[in-house]
Amino acid sequence: MTNRAGASINKQQLVAELQTILPPQAVIHETEALRPYECDGLSAYRRVPLVTVLPESREQVVQIMQLCHRRKIPVVARGAATGLSGGALPLADGVLLSLAKFNRILEIDPAGRTARVQPGVRNLAISEAVAGLGLYYAPDPSSQIACTIGGNVAENSGGVHCLKYGLTVHNILQLQVVTMAGDLITIGSGSLDAPGYDLLALMTGSEGMLGIVIEVTVKLLPVPQRAQVMLAAFDDVEKAATAVGEIIAAGVIPAGLEMMDGMALRAAEDFVHAGYPTDAAAILLCEVDGTNEEVSATAMRVRDLLRAQGAVEVRTARNDAERISFWKGRKNAFPAVGRISPDYYCMDGTVPRKRLAEVLTAIGRLSAEYGLPVANVFHAGDGNLHPLILYDANRPGELKCAEDLGAEILELCVRVGGTITGEHGVGHEKLHQMCVQFSEGELEQFRALKRAFDPDGLLNPGKAIPQPRHCSEYKTLGKEVLTAPGLRAGDRA
Amino acid sequence: MSRELDNSVELQEAVRAAAAENRPLNLTGGNSKAFYGGEIRGTPLAVDSHCGVINYEPKELVLTARAGTRLDEIEAVLLAQRQMLAFEPPHFGNNATLGGSIACGFSGPRRPYAGSARDFVLGVRIINGSGELLRFGGEVMKNVAGYDISRLMCGALGTLGVLLDVSLKVLPVPECEITLVQERSQAEAIKVVNQWASLPLPITAACYDGLQLYLRLSGEPEAVAAGKNLVGGSETPERNRIWSDIREHRHAFFDSERPLWRLSLPLQSAPVELPGKQLIDWGGAQRWLLSDAAAAEIRKTAEAHGGHATLFRGSVNRNDVFHPLTGPLQALHLQLKRAFDPQAIFNRGRLYPDF
Repeated sequence: MTNRAGASINKQQLVAELQTILPPQAVIHETEALRPYECDGLSAYRRVPLVTVLPESREQVVQIMQLCHRRKIPVVARGAATGLSGGALPLADGVLLSLAKFNRILEIDPAGRTARVQPGVRNLAISEAVAGLGLYYAPDPSSQIACTIGGNVAENSGGVHCLKYGLTVHNILQLQVVTMAGDLITIGSGSLDAPGYDLLALMTGSEGMLGIVIEVTVKLLPVPQRAQVMLAAFDDVEKAATAVGEIIAAGVIPAGLEMMDGMALRAAEDFVHAGYPTDAAAILLCEVDGTNEEVSATAMRVRDLLRAQGAVEVRTARNDAERISFWKGRKNAFPAVGRISPDYYCMDGTVPRKRLAEVLTAIGRLSAEYGLPVANVFHAGDGNLHPLILYDANRPGELKCAEDLGAEILELCVRVGGTITGEHGVGHEKLHQMCVQFSEGELEQFRALKRAFDPDGLLNPGKAIPQPRHCSEYKTLGKEVLTAPGLRAGDRA
Repeated sequence: MSRELDNSVELQEAVRAAAAENRPLNLTGGNSKAFYGGEIRGTPLAVDSHCGVINYEPKELVLTARAGTRLDEIEAVLLAQRQMLAFEPPHFGNNATLGGSIACGFSGPRRPYAGSARDFVLGVRIINGSGELLRFGGEVMKNVAGYDISRLMCGALGTLGVLLDVSLKVLPVPECEITLVQERSQAEAIKVVNQWASLPLPITAACYDGLQLYLRLSGEPEAVAAGKNLVGGSETPERNRIWSDIREHRHAFFDSERPLWRLSLPLQSAPVELPGKQLIDWGGAQRWLLSDAAAAEIRKTAEAHGGHATLFRGSVNRNDVFHPLTGPLQALHLQLKRAFDPQAIFNRGRLYPDF
């Protein structure tokens, strides 16, 4: 086989060289042992990597990167592999660098309200570790039990509380990064800013294209004194969407503001028995938090607003158990939909909130046209829509059909002034739609930026930013442009 | 009176002409922040003619304006809907523009509690060094399509591109706001402020002027009242004036001929031992220092505290304003500069002397 510089390389030789850096069990090279690494959370796409390495020290990462840089071998970083856009999809001629062993919380600074952690630490583990101090880490993606902070940085993950508390980019202070050339750099600082360009913002959400994050310093926030969640049922999706805008217009920034349509809420109810009204067309979950007095006052205002906007029922969680139960339905919406369909495909567009009703109507029309049901789960507060397309991969052509429907939904998001991805990333999945959202000049600026970090294009190549040829083909051939043969799970079967 | 003009095509032509002649440009807006940064070599290109609010949707919490729009105009438009720029940008003059504020990346007293200028940037339209009009980000709260070039522009001092339009997240003005004062030593002030910030209190600003600790609480009246009970102190007679005075450097502290340094340190850093006078803002994270001490000494001290130092104003040597970068990080900055502005025509020398 040949490397990215066209020189021939030998797998055995590479494995031997990696084994001089790592213990033998940390270099996985047998096909069957590599199988668990063939995909991330977007399991429709699979590819067995050339080699998987499991370093556990920064020196090992530096040496691996130096070796791969010298040999011109591509590297793909992998955290918990919960990503939903195929960003950690391996390369057949590349090294898959797993950060699973970087799983330690290194330091907690209660006075400075920060924690220094390794990238393989799970999102929720940070909040659990500092709960005794009355602190927590704010971004809470639905996968927070499993997803790791390194992956959160790569995707700029949000969650249900980001309208008020921000995304990953707003909640980190410093990164230790190993570049493709094997240089260790510190980005950001222990203070609130750093000299030079804002590389901290640039690294966040860069999908493993610019460097390997090996340490993250996160900000911690005080746990609010009280949180109160209200559940409002609507007989019409549009009314629910309007209510969201009215809450914000009234000067309230809820801690969480989520919407589920009828199909999603019924699936969630069947799964976790959250107590949702199953006859509703849509429900809104609105959480307000703060001091005791503040929450009482705001909750009353929100209840009045919801009723005025035509909610047929407004329920306030009577205690913490009920509050957790309300959220449990939302946080388990994806697996709940997974129970009612053999497979589902999760989309991630963001739209201006005022276009929501129109977008949902259009999605309904597309769903009927393609003959595939779509359940909608929505971070209503910040306009981030997660339509879940239900399909059966065992039926010939249905995965392709789901992908085509997904593509239409994303392009619809772009047309109404939104974006193809709010928090899941472009990864492997949305390369086509990048050609729709950005001009060739803009894409070329992205590529130039990438070259500044990685001139040889060895870090996660083929993801996030499409090549010019890709876009010209997509624009000519449209949906008929095929993914690399053998990549789809369906193709393999 | 508000002006409105889309001048992007003329600006694009000017940049293309400069690129063709390899002629460096000095991008100028309202000139309110011309004191900041290194000395620029280049012919002036006025960008403030490109101005006007393009889109403002209070319910979406988003405002988009051309970079030459005056900051006071934007703030008035927002205030009419009881909204605000939560990073409280300093103006440093009546002509301050949105573009200049974002290019400098300045944030006011609310910064440690609400976020910085870059935290509120959602999207930009720029002209890069090759004279191309490019749009990144957008008007939605969450957007991870492509690299975050919008936020990269913030604080880049115009060295990566001409800012044309900027979209920002805006927030409601708090219903109630009070300022509490108490006498404390510097060490005590830093300590208690950070203890309070670990509690769920509606703190939105904290500074120390050498004698007294000022604390601002904002939010629902009930939350502010509860916070006041907990932290104590008296409400100042002139109420919230202190915050705009510090933000605009109108406070008596800044009335000095000595060089003004900005030390950016971890919030809870102990008092900094350096000759001169200090004022602490941002709950300890931003320390203003008036001092004749040598740059090397100030930088070394800031580094020892885990931060960095900027010669903010009144410098004799304008080639040594920012904390120097070294090694691979410096090389990376040069590569990035080239990726946006291959011939280095934008604001040569303003950020670092070599680009």
